Amino acid sequence: MPEENTPEEMEVTVESNEAPGATQAPKAPPTKVNARDVNVYYADNHALKDITIEIPENRVTSFIGPSGCGKSSFLRCINRMNDTIDICRVEGKIEIDSADIYDRSIDVVQLRAKVGMVFQKPNPFPKSIYDNIAYGPRIHGMVAGKTDTDELVEASLKRAGLWEEVKDRLAQPGTSLSGGQQQRLCIARAIAVSPQVILMDEPCSALDPIATARIEELIDELRQNFTIVIVTHSMQQAARVSQKTAFFHLGELVEQGNTELIFTNPVDKRTQDYITGRFG
Amino acid sequence: MNSLILIAVLLVLSAIGYQMGRKRALAGTGGQIKGLHSLPSYYGSYVALWCALPALLVIAFWLALQSGIVDSLLISGLPASVQALSEGQLNLLLSDIRNLAAGDITSKTPDPMVQAAAERYNDLRSTGFAAMVVVGLALGIGGLTIGWRAINPSFRARPRVEKIVHWVLILASAIAVLTTIGIVLSLLFESIRFFNRVPPAEFLFGLNWSPQTALRADQVGATGAFGAIPIFAGTFLITIIAMLVAVPIGLFSAIYMAEYASPRFRAIVKPILEILAGIPTVVYGFFAALTIAPLFRGFGESVGLDVASESALAAGVVMGLMIIPFVSSLSDDVINAVPQSLRDGSFAMGATHSETIKQVIIPAALPGIVGSVLLATSRAIGETMIVVMAAGLAANLTANPFEAVTTVTVQIVTLLVGDQEFDSSKTLAAFALGLVLFVITLCLNVVALTVVRKYREKYD
Repeated sequence: MPEENTPEEMEVTVESNEAPGATQAPKAPPTKVNARDVNVYYADNHALKDITIEIPENRVTSFIGPSGCGKSSFLRCINRMNDTIDICRVEGKIEIDSADIYDRSIDVVQLRAKVGMVFQKPNPFPKSIYDNIAYGPRIHGMVAGKTDTDELVEASLKRAGLWEEVKDRLAQPGTSLSGGQQQRLCIARAIAVSPQVILMDEPCSALDPIATARIEELIDELRQNFTIVIVTHSMQQAARVSQKTAFFHLGELVEQGNTELIFTNPVDKRTQDYITGRFG
Repeated sequence: MNSLILIAVLLVLSAIGYQMGRKRALAGTGGQIKGLHSLPSYYGSYVALWCALPALLVIAFWLALQSGIVDSLLISGLPASVQALSEGQLNLLLSDIRNLAAGDITSKTPDPMVQAAAERYNDLRSTGFAAMVVVGLALGIGGLTIGWRAINPSFRARPRVEKIVHWVLILASAIAVLTTIGIVLSLLFESIRFFNRVPPAEFLFGLNWSPQTALRADQVGATGAFGAIPIFAGTFLITIIAMLVAVPIGLFSAIYMAEYASPRFRAIVKPILEILAGIPTVVYGFFAALTIAPLFRGFGESVGLDVASESALAAGVVMGLMIIPFVSSLSDDVINAVPQSLRDGSFAMGATHSETIKQVIIPAALPGIVGSVLLATSRAIGETMIVVMAAGLAANLTANPFEAVTTVTVQIVTLLVGDQEFDSSKTLAAFALGLVLFVITLCLNVVALTVVRKYREKYD
């Protein structure tokens, strides 16, 4: 648990205003992810500039901003998915529970077990529903024997609110489910390895409004046990599910703070323009 | 040769027709493209196609049918005593007549009847050719006139040309299909002749292959046994050895190329790997017979194994090397077709690269990989040159890869090489073997293509 840097849950900071650590909220949650001066380059393209943000534990933090502003790139820094892109270079410091995840001693495979991810398009593996869930626990040696696995699969599907719909057809391929069910399957798959942080990259952009509503409900429930970071293009969604919001624009973190304040009383002109739909 | 000149004349005529069509269309609007329904080139093409296509089609049919018609006319003109000859003798006589007509050496001094027939043959041919020229040119000019008269500014030349192109394309693909049918039928008819002499059950299930048939009644040592099991066993033994070499190496190199290699390395190495597929099989044959086989024999001696100099092992290993590119290139494509989102999903679960390949990518690509392996197998079964040079001739029924075995393709080659009469069981057996081989590879290809197609539907 981090002891320093009590996050400013109720406070709105502008990027230029370098004043973290000011306390205002009475029972502010501790910081889970702490990013300091993160710069990301794709070859010569400077995609993210000096991103500094604290992500509070057991809260939903949303990243908003126009397409190509770098919010997904930053999300992918948190579980080092950018490592899989050859031309990508990350500078700066990202700490989870005060441990630098870009440190040489960190095993990236272990890190990703701790920081789960849900993608824009549902991407169930070409396996049965059961094996989709059991995949992660098996490779991490978290289950021993069939009953153990059965229990974990059931628990994960229940937490993702999918159990009732699929309990009679666990042997069917994951791709046979509907889009919304597939996305909940992917969430169940992510929570099966008991991560501490779940990153969601526009998880509802390929879903209809009803499926979206279910996922949003689910995110709200999952907040009890996980720290959630969600990238979204829907400002209503950010307003509905998140407690903290960060606005990205052209690779800069323009403004961050309490969701309500960002949406009702943004400080920066660009944030205001984006929220009111003047660009983006 | 003269037909070629006729065809050239027709092509020139249709080029003229093109210009005439253009001019007439433009003349109708006083040189303005705007008033035309289609671009001037379409009017030109319309006339040119009308001029060339019917004439060329008729000439093609004429050339195909002419010799048969001339022959039958010639025979009907011969004396009745000659017409009563057997088919073989009649053919002999006909070729004598043709040779005489062409001024070649004949088999015996020509008698007056043959000389008269030769003159008649020449007459018939020149009449036929003259008729063909007349009909061809008439059709060309007639077509040109019809096309040219049809043209006026409101004439819809563009859709008409489109329709003609449509039919030309159908014709082209019909030729490919008809050729396949023709090949199958010729195999089938010769095989039926074979099966009239040797019962199919003996051929398909017999264990003894010794195709030397007795030419004389008193000849010894030529029994003529046509049990194909040993040579099919040999084929499968060599194919299995080849697949044991090609599948692991091909699949692993495909995985390396698709998943681990840097784009630069891949851009250099993949074409080099595919060169393997471009090496003539006869060169592989040298390699197998002169390098690999002695190597295996020497190695076998040093460890106390008895390896024949023409072993199934050597032929199979070299054949395996040859089909590596078939496996690797296709598998590489299907592995690349696995969506990146699946890899991301697996990496994000904390899986390592090899776990991801083993548990996510290979299962997703499996149908395509199976398809590529099946295609490579049918290629290996039908491969001829390597086994002719490196596998044996004796039909051993054995599962020992160190012994010499023979394959279906080797037997077909040896049955048909040299001076053979084409009505003995021995030569006809080649067609039966070819038919069975064809059926096997056809089935494999159908299964492989179905599997590959099923896979394509899944991710597109």
